[in-house]
Amino acid sequence: MAKPITDKAIDKTTVKSKNPTVVTEPEYPLTTMAVVAPIVGWLIPGGGHLLLRRYGRGLLLLISVVAMFVIGLGMQGRIYQPNGGDILDILGFVGDLGSGVLYFLARIMDWGNVMAANAAADYGKTFLIVAGLLNFIAAADAHHIALGKKP
Amino acid sequence: MTVSLSHFSAAVVFALFASIVFGITQRNSTMEQVKYGLYCFAMFVGGVFVAGWVMALIRR
Repeated sequence: MAKPITDKAIDKTTVKSKNPTVVTEPEYPLTTMAVVAPIVGWLIPGGGHLLLRRYGRGLLLLISVVAMFVIGLGMQGRIYQPNGGDILDILGFVGDLGSGVLYFLARIMDWGNVMAANAAADYGKTFLIVAGLLNFIAAADAHHIALGKKP
Repeated sequence: MTVSLSHFSAAVVFALFASIVFGITQRNSTMEQVKYGLYCFAMFVGGVFVAGWVMALIRR
């Protein structure tokens, strides 16, 4: 017995016949540089862009992230440690970790090992976290440039 | 080394560096990056003034 043709079936066939062209997304193959650049960019702020020969952008990113990090430390901001326990401490740690080498250097030199006692120290803590988060964005940008998604 | 910034100057410094990174990472051409960076900076600083006035009006 033949299957009854429903309205839905008719709609689908007509739509298909009206739009025969298929839109395909451009492909961006994963290269070695697309993996290395964001890692270098995370470890050294702006390093991914410098590696990809975007010197102007790389230098500006380096200056911005390092300046925010140094100002944060200068304002007696606190550097979070991985074993904070509290969920907000863990999030703060993830933010701080974004600064890459700067974070490890601060931990080795025992910088930022203070508790916020005034408003300026609280701003400093925010500067440190945001410096790391901005560096994550910069590393992702280096990945996109290496893939060819961005000039 | 100790850096002492007022609330406003800290906000402006924050806006400056965040705008540079946003401009570079969120747009493609150099001109677009400069424009977007300036736009972000204006929004950050403008937001500080708006928030300041809102808090001042609430306080009255």
